[in-house]
Amino acid sequence: MMALSFVKEGQEVKVIAIRGGKGAVQRLAEMGILPGVRIKVISNSGGPIVIALGNSRIALGKGLASKIICA
Amino acid sequence: MEKKVIKVALAGNPNSGKSTIFNALTGGHAHVGNWPGVTVERKDGTFRYRDYEVIVTDLPGTYSLTAFSIDERIARDFILKEKPDVVVCVADATNLLRSLYLFVLLRELGANAILDLNMGDLIEGKIKVDIEGMEKALGAPVVITSGIKGTGINELKEEIVKAKDREVAPFRINYGDIEEAIRKLEDKLSGYSLPYDKRFLALKLLEGDPIFKEELRSLGYEEIVELAEKEALTFEQKFGYDLETAIIEKRYGYIDAIVRKYTQRIAPIEEKLSISDKIDKIVINKYLGIPIFALFMWITFELTFRIGGFFSDYIDSFFSGLGGILENYLTSINAPVPLISFIKDGIIGGLGSVIVFLPNILVLFLFLSFLEDVGYMARAAFVVDKAMYTIGLPGRSFIPMILGFGCNVPAIMSTRTIPEERDRILTILINPFMSCTARLPIYVLFTGIFFEKNQGLIILSLYALGIFVAIFSAKIFRTIIPSLKGPISPLIMELPPYRLPTLKGVWIHAWERSREFLKKAGTIIFLGVVLIWFLASVPFSSEYGSEESIIGRLGKIIAPLLGPAGFPYWQIAVALLFGILAKEVVIGTLGTLFGGEENLAKTLQNLFTPLSAYSFMIMSLLYMPCLATIGVIKRETNWKWALFSVFYSILVGWTISVLFYQIGRVFAK
Repeated sequence: MMALSFVKEGQEVKVIAIRGGKGAVQRLAEMGILPGVRIKVISNSGGPIVIALGNSRIALGKGLASKIICA
Repeated sequence: MEKKVIKVALAGNPNSGKSTIFNALTGGHAHVGNWPGVTVERKDGTFRYRDYEVIVTDLPGTYSLTAFSIDERIARDFILKEKPDVVVCVADATNLLRSLYLFVLLRELGANAILDLNMGDLIEGKIKVDIEGMEKALGAPVVITSGIKGTGINELKEEIVKAKDREVAPFRINYGDIEEAIRKLEDKLSGYSLPYDKRFLALKLLEGDPIFKEELRSLGYEEIVELAEKEALTFEQKFGYDLETAIIEKRYGYIDAIVRKYTQRIAPIEEKLSISDKIDKIVINKYLGIPIFALFMWITFELTFRIGGFFSDYIDSFFSGLGGILENYLTSINAPVPLISFIKDGIIGGLGSVIVFLPNILVLFLFLSFLEDVGYMARAAFVVDKAMYTIGLPGRSFIPMILGFGCNVPAIMSTRTIPEERDRILTILINPFMSCTARLPIYVLFTGIFFEKNQGLIILSLYALGIFVAIFSAKIFRTIIPSLKGPISPLIMELPPYRLPTLKGVWIHAWERSREFLKKAGTIIFLGVVLIWFLASVPFSSEYGSEESIIGRLGKIIAPLLGPAGFPYWQIAVALLFGILAKEVVIGTLGTLFGGEENLAKTLQNLFTPLSAYSFMIMSLLYMPCLATIGVIKRETNWKWALFSVFYSILVGWTISVLFYQIGRVFAK
């Protein structure tokens, strides 16, 4: 288990939990990022990251990415 | 025979291919306008099918209907208040879980919804969908389409027509632990007559929906809201996690079960990098991202003010020429002097001062619309997000700030891309401190006289001061003003795939925004212009803008207040008052009041020291947004914020120039 912010480019992971405040969890959930979902990291170079969720690409701030626990 | 009309709304996530479906349905003929009261684009189109005339309204792309953002509120209000006959929910078939979330919300809202699984070509042979089973489970028709390939469109039209007279099947999700709280609220609600489904309203209240809470409060039903809040609290104490999240999770649980049951993965969806991903390898690269962004901004800027400035000069000479011709004509027919002055200085001069902004705005928005439509703007926000975060603003605020160096008017209009209202207002409020080009002539004149050796450096320091004040103000606003309080909204944003926009599309976007500037801000600016003309002319026996005119007397009243800043002269006060029209006017006014441009330098040398000259430049930079900017702030927010901006900037401008002058004097001794 690790935070999404540490997942390397090209790796596919499964979201286990989201450790954020109410607002963040809600926004993420509405965009389809919630426990059980598989996502692929497209770009991660220390700052904000880009993930692929199906056909769409979503940019996430680093702080937010570090609250998403994956495996 | 009477024409049968069906009203259809098109809902869907951003980038679900909603606009391709819209075009496929209507043949691309759209009436483009704005949603009332807000500046979000509204598209309507029609098509005929069998005996029906179908009117399609494209709702803004949203993920949810919680009404936190303008887009969501529009979509929701349209469905609740205008009650379209049918709502087509365009869903990205490759992203079913997320797309179904919006669909479920629409069903809970009571909409007569059709689920359109779009981008069907991408899942062909990879995901098998049991359409019939899904239709039964959701209680709504399901169609597979591909907007791009044009498949499934006729089936969709068929379903729309069929849905028109269909009884909407009841829809309810079992919310498990939450059912008890829902039931309690439903019971409470049964004592009131409200135009919403009780279960739906109960759910929304438990989710903490601000709009419904407000609506109930305004009806005097405070006790319902209180009960909802109490229930939410009880739930959280009992189960240890918050109710809103619990509701979202239950919904997803329901959706997940549907997706599992009725779809089957027969082959993995190719996870190869798309062309967009490849472009992004370069465009949002850690090292290349910022230089590329800087390059784009520099090109935008250069061309805007070169091309725009070229036309602005012509517009300027056109209006002064026109004013001259009219003046000659009116004098020749012995028109009264105040009338001549009103037409020449008031109306023509006023109109000119508004329209002169138009080329810059239009060209700037052509570039911005292009970058937006290509899909670059989201990347730009991504690239600067980290740096912006450290100064307390979201990445999306960066572009408006940069644009402010050109002209604050389009800069403030460009804040519309910021989704969070709090961040948007904050970005608008700090924008006037970004030193626009209109302020440059003031710096050039004063540094030319007092800081000949370090002219560039001194001017640069003023720009830097503006940025500093902007950042500092943002920090203060965020800590002090209750409605702006809260953490910087974290970056969560979809990066749309790159695409080549049509010239027509870019032009329409740019023109829509520019026209709005002319229409709305124009009226406010024009009123201001006429007011200033009046103050400068009355009494009519006096010279325009002279010591005896109202504005001259106002100047004399204000002048002592400018004393602590180092320039207690009524002419300076009048110039600053005129500067509210447009900052360019400051130098022109000083020229007139000090007896012509040629004497200006000499007079200023007598009245100012380098210290007070710099203090005056600080004042010019900060003291007040120009009328056009105030008009646009009002347009983009409301009168309250526009007035706030005026008073705050007067306070800041005065305080900083006085502090600078007084501290400087101590050191000069």
